Amino acid sequence: MVERILNEIPRFFEYYSAIFLLKAMATTLLMTLLGVGLGFLLGFLIVYLRQTPGMFWLPVRIIAITYVEVFRRIPFLVILYLVLFFIQAVSPNASLFTIATIGICMLSIAYTSEIIRAGFESVPRQQVEAASAMNFSRWKILRNVIVPQSWPVILPPAFAYMVSFIKDTALVSQIGVVELTFAGKVMNNRGYSALLVYGTILILYFILSYPLTRLGAHLEKRLAPIKN
Amino acid sequence: MPTWKNVLHQLKISNLSSAYGKNVVLTDVSFTVQKGEVVSLVGPSGSGKSTLLRVLVGLTAPTGGSVTLQGDTINYKNKNSVNLSRDRMAIVFQQYNLFQNMDVMRNVTIAPIMIKKRGRAEVEDEARKLLEQVGLSEKLSAYPDDLSGGQQQRVAIARALALKPDLLLLDEVTSALDPELVTEVLDTIRELASGGMTMIIVSHEMGFVREISDQVIMMDEGRIVEIGSPEDIIDNPKTQRAKDFFGKILRH
Amino acid sequence: MNYTFQFGVALESLPALLKAAILTVELSFFAFWGGALIGLAGAAAKTFGGRVVRQLAQAYVVFFTNTPALLQIYLLYYGLPEVGILLPSFTCVLLGLTLNAGAYLTEIQRAGFLSVRQTEIEAAETLGMSLWLQIRFVIVPHIAKTIYPPLANMFLILILGSSMAAVFSVDELTGTAINISTETYRWLEMFTLVAGVYIVLTFIASLMLAFVGKRIFRVKARMF
Repeated sequence: MVERILNEIPRFFEYYSAIFLLKAMATTLLMTLLGVGLGFLLGFLIVYLRQTPGMFWLPVRIIAITYVEVFRRIPFLVILYLVLFFIQAVSPNASLFTIATIGICMLSIAYTSEIIRAGFESVPRQQVEAASAMNFSRWKILRNVIVPQSWPVILPPAFAYMVSFIKDTALVSQIGVVELTFAGKVMNNRGYSALLVYGTILILYFILSYPLTRLGAHLEKRLAPIKN
Repeated sequence: MPTWKNVLHQLKISNLSSAYGKNVVLTDVSFTVQKGEVVSLVGPSGSGKSTLLRVLVGLTAPTGGSVTLQGDTINYKNKNSVNLSRDRMAIVFQQYNLFQNMDVMRNVTIAPIMIKKRGRAEVEDEARKLLEQVGLSEKLSAYPDDLSGGQQQRVAIARALALKPDLLLLDEVTSALDPELVTEVLDTIRELASGGMTMIIVSHEMGFVREISDQVIMMDEGRIVEIGSPEDIIDNPKTQRAKDFFGKILRH
Repeated sequence: MNYTFQFGVALESLPALLKAAILTVELSFFAFWGGALIGLAGAAAKTFGGRVVRQLAQAYVVFFTNTPALLQIYLLYYGLPEVGILLPSFTCVLLGLTLNAGAYLTEIQRAGFLSVRQTEIEAAETLGMSLWLQIRFVIVPHIAKTIYPPLANMFLILILGSSMAAVFSVDELTGTAINISTETYRWLEMFTLVAGVYIVLTFIASLMLAFVGKRIFRVKARMF
């Protein structure tokens, strides 16, 4: 077994294969950045909608809450397939990358909105009420009082989520997007040893994820005293 | 001595009620506050005193009755009306008033600058004077968690005063403080009263209430039980409920 | 939109889906308990073990929590045959999910061990309790109460994670949905239905876990 792997290594890391793998890795990274970025932006929007007061906005609040509760209880693979078939029924020429990114964003928003919500709710109510009684608008309260104080509560789980997100991107290989996992399948199909191929891919994912994990842990330690 | 706006005004509350569904918090509350008057709300916990203040600033919705401020009736269902009333009233809560992410100066100046849209230099000048008045001029760039509870409350009062309110509402502002810190806050309030500030105070400090109030209102279970001068209410309670309450309090 | 919804076909497959749901639950259940045992060993290793043991456990946890579970299963599924070990699909997936869960459960249980405060142990000692009694009546209940919410959450995560098995032709919920869809071409309806089944499944599981938590562990009931 070991001899086989050792024999294959030179060919495996040959120029074109290496480029192929690196491009796939870049796709994974790009999808992650888009998904996390949009995820937090739209997650914030969901939290904002969810907390809009007044009877008039009740339907909006219900939709926001339902969205979060539903999408947190469905496996990503199912969400992905649903998005795939839905988009293809509407617009058959959509690229797989776009479909995958939309799918993974829809999942992401459900989770990031919960992280953000927890952060906002960690700010003591009286500060919000004091601002409200001073005639601060909702947006001004968010910007000046709530958001600045939510960072310590949002950042550590946010980093943990980013790591989890990278791992979720592996599933988009199932609809044919050429990212890291898909690249692995291709290489395996070309005849390379599965242990070699998947071992390498695992290491590549590790390289993407571990620094984020460490950064998150470091931030958690540093932010802990401020949280009190 | 600071000069406050010389606008003739009064606060008139008529038959005010508030309820959350079946839970009735205020029933049929009526009284009047004249300019420069200090009115104290006393009574057991849960009697609706804090709720009354919250209703006045629009944090809790009233379900009946009316509130008239300086002749204008406040429509709590109308956002503009509520904002207008908040413009003239300021409230200080029991704790966690200050914005933890801003220093003392910013806490005091942010509302006048950002909401009342006044000039920064002018506002900061006034803020310094106010903070000097409450005895905290060395703490301008301190953050709330560097300050003691008493100091934080004094900053909160300065912040409320920076809004130049016609009516100041103080909701049990000394109840969460360690006993040694209560005096400094009460002194500040005493000064405001002698300066002519119109105030509604919710407090358990009965000696203090008796000393500075023009009117004392005793509440229980959302209703006014007795209303009158401090001597009338505290020294000579007429109803059984009031007698029980003051009897218990004064025995300490 | 050029698509007419025909839910009838999908609804006919409900019995097959419910049967597949059993497999989903089986997968989650065994992966959870297998992972919990590994986690217990790992947590013990990290808390009480010597330097080498601690580092090995740490390496295991770090590796399995920073790489995708899908790939871990790929490695087992295609890699094990290369060294001569042939396992059926279900077992392979189960093994992968178990090892993955074990890493997370190690950390959860380790947090549980660390949460026992010195003061509680001292209080028990001054009451004259032997080590065994201390463990039984003070330490274990405290740990159980502390780790119950994350454990319950892990189980729910596993229910959703079990859908990966579809990639390896295991006929749990997602796999069955794919199979039926390829026959009937009613992909959207099938997957909407399957999404519904997962929601109901996790909902029921949440309720049961909250109930057990409240009665047995006296943990405040929460919808996870």
